Amino acid sequence: MVATTHKGEGGTKRKLTRHELEIRVFGVIKWISIGFFLVITVFPLLYMIGLSFKPISELLRNPNGFLPSWNDITSLETYREVLRPTDQGGQGFFTFIRNSAIVAFITMAVTVALSILAAYAAARLRFAGRKMVTWVILIVYLFPAVVIAIPLFVLFTRLGIRNSLFGLVIVYVAQTIPVALYMLRSYFQTVPVELEEAGMVDGLSRTGVIWKITLPLAAPAVAAVAMYVFMIAWNEFLFALLFLTESRELWTLPLGVQQLDTTEVPKTLLMAGSVIITMPIVILFFLAERFLTEGLTAGGVKG
Amino acid sequence: MTQQTLARRKAPTLAQREARLGWVLVLPASLVVLVLVLFPLLWNTGMSFQRIRLIELQNFNFLDFSDVSLRNYSRVTGVSDFWATIRTTVIYAFFGTVFSIGLGMWAALVVRKPFKGRSVVRGLMLFPYVAPTIAVTFVWTLMLNPTFGIVNEWLDGLGFQQVDFLNRQNFVLNLFGWHLTLPLALTVVIFFEAWRYFPFAFLFILARLQALPTELDEAAMVDGATLTQQFRYVTLPQLRGVLSVLFLLRFIWTFNKFDDIFLLTGGAAGTEVIPIAIVNWLRSRADLGSAAALSIVLALILAVLMFVYFKWFYEEE
Repeated sequence: MVATTHKGEGGTKRKLTRHELEIRVFGVIKWISIGFFLVITVFPLLYMIGLSFKPISELLRNPNGFLPSWNDITSLETYREVLRPTDQGGQGFFTFIRNSAIVAFITMAVTVALSILAAYAAARLRFAGRKMVTWVILIVYLFPAVVIAIPLFVLFTRLGIRNSLFGLVIVYVAQTIPVALYMLRSYFQTVPVELEEAGMVDGLSRTGVIWKITLPLAAPAVAAVAMYVFMIAWNEFLFALLFLTESRELWTLPLGVQQLDTTEVPKTLLMAGSVIITMPIVILFFLAERFLTEGLTAGGVKG
Repeated sequence: MTQQTLARRKAPTLAQREARLGWVLVLPASLVVLVLVLFPLLWNTGMSFQRIRLIELQNFNFLDFSDVSLRNYSRVTGVSDFWATIRTTVIYAFFGTVFSIGLGMWAALVVRKPFKGRSVVRGLMLFPYVAPTIAVTFVWTLMLNPTFGIVNEWLDGLGFQQVDFLNRQNFVLNLFGWHLTLPLALTVVIFFEAWRYFPFAFLFILARLQALPTELDEAAMVDGATLTQQFRYVTLPQLRGVLSVLFLLRFIWTFNKFDDIFLLTGGAAGTEVIPIAIVNWLRSRADLGSAAALSIVLALILAVLMFVYFKWFYEEE
C-alpha cells in the first residue's frame, strides 16, 4: 500500500518494495516490542524488590523513588521485622515460611509418588483402567476449584481436620495429581518399550523395571513435575483462606501476606514478605528454565 | 479350548497379571481424586438443595433430605446484582482470555527467530505467570495506589489527576466531546489477567511456531508474499488448532478464577465475579446451601458456554 511502485529490477530510481519496507518496519517494531515486554515483566519485579528494602516513611515522602539506598539494603530492617516472631514485635514470617515449606514439600512428595505409579500404569499396562485415568485428569482439570471448595470445607470441618496443615496437604495432593499424572504419562510413553522388555528378559520384575529402568530414564521429567507441584502448593491461596484464616500459627505465606495487608502493617514490610514468597519460585525457575518450559507446554499447568 | 480355560483358571495369564498390577498402581491416585474431587462434586449438588447454615454445621444431618427445595437457587438468583455478576464474569473471562492470548501471540512472534539474548528474554517473560499470585497482585495494588503508587506519580507528573484505579467503578473518558464510560476497576483487572497469563499462551504458541515447517514460509516469500501476508495466509491458519485449545483452557480457568480479583479489588467497584460471590455466601453470610447452589449455577453456565463453543467455534488441531 505504501511505496509499492516497483520500478523493476533494472530500474535506476528503485523505490522500496512493500516487502522490503515491511522487513525494515518490522525489524524496528520487533526491538520495540522486546523492550516493551521486558519493561512490563521486569519492572514490577524490580519495583517489588526495591520497595521491599525501604522504610514506609521514605516511600510516602517520595513515591517515585523506588530504588533503595545502600543503607536500606545493608540494614535489612524491613526483612528483619517481617521475620521476627510476633512476641518480639515482628510479623512472624518464619512461622509462615515453615508452614508453606512443610505443605509444599509433603504435597510434592505424595503427589509425585502417587502419580508415578498411576502414570506408569496408564502409559504401559493394557487394562480397562487406562481410560479412567484420562477421565480423572480431564475432570479435575476442567472442574472449578470453587465448586469443590464448599463441600470440602464442610467435610473437613466435620472431620475436624479443617484447621490443620494436614487438611491443606490432602487437598493440594488431589488438586495436583492430574497435572502430574498427565505430564508423567506423556513422558513415560516416550521411554522405549524395548528397554523395559530387555530388563524383563534379564529377570527384573515389573516393579524392578519401573524402579531401575523407567524412573532413571524419566528423571528429568520427574524433577520438572516435582517442581511444578511444589510451585502450585507454595502459591495456593483459596483453600488456605477458607481453611486456615482463624489460626494465625498455621498461615501459609500467601495467606500471611494477605491477612496482614491492613492499615496497621506498613506496605513495604509486606513487600518484603512478597519477595520472600517469590524468590524460591524465581530461583527454581531460573535453575531449570528449559525443563520447566517444556513441562509447561506438555501439561498445561492449571492456573 | 477346555485345556486353555482350565489353565487360565489355575494361574492368571500374563494379561491378567498386567491388568491386576495396573489397577493396583492407579488405585491410590484414583482414590484421592475420588474422595476429594468427585465425591465433593456430587455432594455439592445435594447440599445446594438443603438449608445449611455455618453455625449448625456440626450437628447438621446431611442425609436428611426431607426438607429439600429450590430455595437456595431462588435466593442466589434473586439477589439484585445476580445478573450484573454474571455479566462481569463473562466480560472478565472473555476479554481476559482474548487479551492474554493476543499478547502471548505477539510475544511469540517477536522471539520466534533467534537473536542474541533470546533465552534470557524468554525466561524473563515467564515471570508474571510463575510468580505467586499474592506477590504480583500486591505489587499491582501498590503501583496503582492513589496516594503513593508510582503510576499515579507519573500521571501527576504528566499533569493528570490522580486515579484510584482499583476502587473506582466508572471512569468517564472525554474524547473530543464524546463521553465514554469505562468500567475502570474491571478494565484494570482484565489488564492484570492479560499481563499475568500471556506467558502461558506465549509458550504454547511459540512451541507451535517452532514446529512449523519453514518451507511454506519460504515458498510464500518466493511467490512475493510480504511479511504481513505470510502471517495472515500462511502462519495464522496453522495456529488455529493451538489458538482454539488455548482459548478453551484460558476461558474455563479465567471464568473460575477467584484469587486474582479477590486480591486486587476484593470484588468491589463492579468487579464481583461468580467465584467471589460464592465465597462471600460462605464467609460473610455463613450460608453454605446458597454457596453450594451458586457454585452449581457457575458450573451450569460454564457447561452451556462450553457446549456453544464446541458446537460452533472449536477447531480441531
